[in-house]
Amino acid sequence: MRLTEGSAGARVLAFGGYQPANVVTNDDLAATVDTNDEWIRSRVGIASRRIAGPDETVADMAVAAGGKALAASGLSPGDIDLVIVATCTPEVQIPNTAATVARRLGIAAPGAYDMNAACAGFCYAMANAADAVRAGSAGNVLVIGSEKLSQWIDWTDRSTCIIFADGAGAAVVGPADAAEAGIGPVVWGSAGDMADKIYIPDRDSFIIQEGQAVFRWATTALHPVAKQACARAGVDPTELAAFVPHQANLRIVEAIARKIGAPQALVADDIVTAGNTSSASIPLALSRMLERGELPSGAPVLLLGFGAGICYAGQVITVP
Amino acid sequence: MAMTDQEILTGLGEIIDEVAGVPADQVTPDKTFVDDLDIDSLSMVEIAVAAQDKFGVEIPDDQLKDLKTVQDVIDYVRRSSVSA
Repeated sequence: MRLTEGSAGARVLAFGGYQPANVVTNDDLAATVDTNDEWIRSRVGIASRRIAGPDETVADMAVAAGGKALAASGLSPGDIDLVIVATCTPEVQIPNTAATVARRLGIAAPGAYDMNAACAGFCYAMANAADAVRAGSAGNVLVIGSEKLSQWIDWTDRSTCIIFADGAGAAVVGPADAAEAGIGPVVWGSAGDMADKIYIPDRDSFIIQEGQAVFRWATTALHPVAKQACARAGVDPTELAAFVPHQANLRIVEAIARKIGAPQALVADDIVTAGNTSSASIPLALSRMLERGELPSGAPVLLLGFGAGICYAGQVITVP
Repeated sequence: MAMTDQEILTGLGEIIDEVAGVPADQVTPDKTFVDDLDIDSLSMVEIAVAAQDKFGVEIPDDQLKDLKTVQDVIDYVRRSSVSA
């Protein structure tokens, strides 16, 4: 049997992000549940979040973010031959989101699949994309994280409705020389014994989260994963331009950041105005940091996704 | 080796200063975490994790809610380190 020959490396060509228009402030939430702005800001670090319109779907947001990333990459739709959508909140399970998104973006007949690693989804999808390019399974890959968490939230549960939000982020991954390889080795894993710490009991229910248990796990188990991802990429944490973890809770973000030994790195705090958008949070944060000119091209950035499952994944990339 | 209450209090003061920014000299046995020291449930988790590193005593989440004062934590650490 003949084997395909891939590229020596893979890199991110461009990012793109999309947020729904509807801004929901803490005061808006305080009008419907027993909470207040000061409490929300101090516990989770969120000032406002975006919530999709009633008819706005996970695919709609994925198309918006994916289209931006594709345009910014300089590639045409015909150059993409694999589309991966990381999502844990599609409206329906069948059909998948990725094939619809591909068709709407004018990408003809690519490989297309959805992938659920919850809030770690984007880092898993990024690893899949880089592996596909290196193995020769794909030339260029469109990777999207898109979530409509608002449709899986009990809006009377003040422990969750203040945290979760909607949005999408995307990246185009393409080939690179080994010397300029821009996506480092992934370090990933899971802890199925903690499946009941963030879960939806059945299809008529909403997200339930055991906040303290998740906080303890995230602030103790993840910094070794982050350091290992740096070590495997041969990048010392002191060389990182930025640390862009999943925007779960600003206090988790800051606690992990303190422990990875990268005091110079810019730490993403997109959660303040985006909320927790699960698999969308990392590419959304990155696309906004790049738009603001905060990261020079080629700068090494550490990504770290973690969430329900429990699943986690981290890798160092260089930004386009 | 058993720790004295004063040793635990000193260590706890250092932890609370680091985790919550409360000066160690304000951490006295009679203080309550929530009302006197303005420490919330997530900071309590961070204190429990730091206490495990410092004292070698695990404080699970389901025990945390019963530890309302600094003295409660001192008692918990002393009892657990003796039985360990």
